Amino acid sequence: MADSEAITAHPVVARLNAWDAPAIAQAEIFRGELTITVTRENLRRVCDFLRSDAELQFTFLSDLTGVDRFPVEPRFEINYHLLSMSRREGLRVKARASGHDPVLQSVTAVWPTANWHEREVFDLFGVRFEGHPDLRRILLPAEWEGHPLRKDFPTEGYR
Amino acid sequence: MPSTVLTPTGSAESMVLNMGPQHPSTHGVLRVVLELNGETVVKARPDIGYLHTGIEKTCEAKTYTQAITLTDRLDYLAPLSNNLCYCLAVEKLLGLQAPKRAQYVRVLLTELTRIASHLVWLGTHAIDLGAMSVFLYCFREREEIMKIFEMVSGQRMMTSYFRIGGLALEPPTGWLDRVARFVEIFPERINEYEDLLTENRIWQGRTKGVGYLSPEDAVAWGVSGPPLRAAGIAYDVRKFFPYSSYEEFEFDVPVRTESDCYARYLLRVAEMRESLKIVKQAMAKVPAEGPIRAEAPGIVPPQREKMKTEMEALIYHFKIFPEGFSPPPGEVYQRIESPRGELGFYVASDGSPKPYRVKVRAPSFANLQALPLLCEGRVMADTVACIGTLDIVLGEIDR
Repeated sequence: MADSEAITAHPVVARLNAWDAPAIAQAEIFRGELTITVTRENLRRVCDFLRSDAELQFTFLSDLTGVDRFPVEPRFEINYHLLSMSRREGLRVKARASGHDPVLQSVTAVWPTANWHEREVFDLFGVRFEGHPDLRRILLPAEWEGHPLRKDFPTEGYR
Repeated sequence: MPSTVLTPTGSAESMVLNMGPQHPSTHGVLRVVLELNGETVVKARPDIGYLHTGIEKTCEAKTYTQAITLTDRLDYLAPLSNNLCYCLAVEKLLGLQAPKRAQYVRVLLTELTRIASHLVWLGTHAIDLGAMSVFLYCFREREEIMKIFEMVSGQRMMTSYFRIGGLALEPPTGWLDRVARFVEIFPERINEYEDLLTENRIWQGRTKGVGYLSPEDAVAWGVSGPPLRAAGIAYDVRKFFPYSSYEEFEFDVPVRTESDCYARYLLRVAEMRESLKIVKQAMAKVPAEGPIRAEAPGIVPPQREKMKTEMEALIYHFKIFPEGFSPPPGEVYQRIESPRGELGFYVASDGSPKPYRVKVRAPSFANLQALPLLCEGRVMADTVACIGTLDIVLGEIDR
């Protein structure tokens, strides 16, 4: 109980709740790091708000990465590691995509740096990003089959 | 057919040129597809992946300790920074802290790593732009640092010296004397490089006003490290999110505003001097004796002596090496200031002895993405300066 109070009292969570509470599916703190889970439909809106809000200013996208929770559904977790230089604070935004239809909204319009990061996630996990200007493989050759960082892709590869 | 996708349809005025993947100034295996109009670069498209070895996937098949050796091979010019970031991430996951002595040794060695990495950068950047002799001077001093690394860890480059919870080995007797010798000679050596370059008219001509990056673009494109600070933004992880006791050290973060290749050159030279300041402080701080590993039975291997005399230590030894240890389920993101910028390790655990997912946020990856902003609209020779000034390492970009 005390835990959840500490989370809602967190300034970033409080600010988001005051703005649009239903867009935030979950907020948790682990090892001092705040993670905010957002619903798929609201991802782009929340990111826009986080970046442009004068109080938060999460202007720097450090990293964007995927995790495959196979066989749990929705299996893909996409983590956005943000940084607010004015607040000297980091934040993890998490969105989930299902294995049947792995699509998320692209955030390239919010942070241009997401371009290559999203291509990498597309390349290695097969998650597509709607609205990405140039979604194609980045690390692997174009004719490669499969997505190696998926858990059902063998470490040795297919032979 | 990747080339048809990458190649823009050339009009009568423009031609498409592949720079790399085998080109000496691309520092590894980078390919840049350039659309040229005469000598002017109209479009530049970096193409990466030639060095992709699946390190992140391999990490998932190794225990937490085994994965350390893979981190050396990411940014091979700063292996200790990678070791440190990964170890800090796993330590965060475990809720563990290395003892003070180990933390100071870590700071000392990573700052030496920063100097060594900047020396390679300076030497190769200068050689790219035609200043041959600087390279020889830089590698002379780098060799001294490599000898210190070899003395401490047994390896010049693939050190794997930092372990989860502390250090791999007790630092050898007399290693600090060796560091002291380096600290003594190095300031004069930096002056030598500056004598060769700073006021050099050719050097200034090749770098001043070349490769401008606006501060807004730098932030939007996730650029970090020296290119960001040369654009006037004082973001340094060591100051923003101190780790490994950096808050106890006094040093300045050099910042410039011109944001061209020359500013980035001056900034990195200034950073070497700051690193030297930190090394000096760390030398005074490192206690001669004390634990180098955290007291964490079942996670950190027991001391050799205890293993021979205590039953419990023996059991832990045989449990840790074949099986590893299991951090609680959860996920962490640890950032440090590597010589190239913000290096981040995202480590997710599912409660098993192997990491569920390891993701490396490579500073060079984001920095390279901004390359077209630096070199488009300028002559092709400037592209060489722009690639050099970003100080990329393809090992960490392609992973």
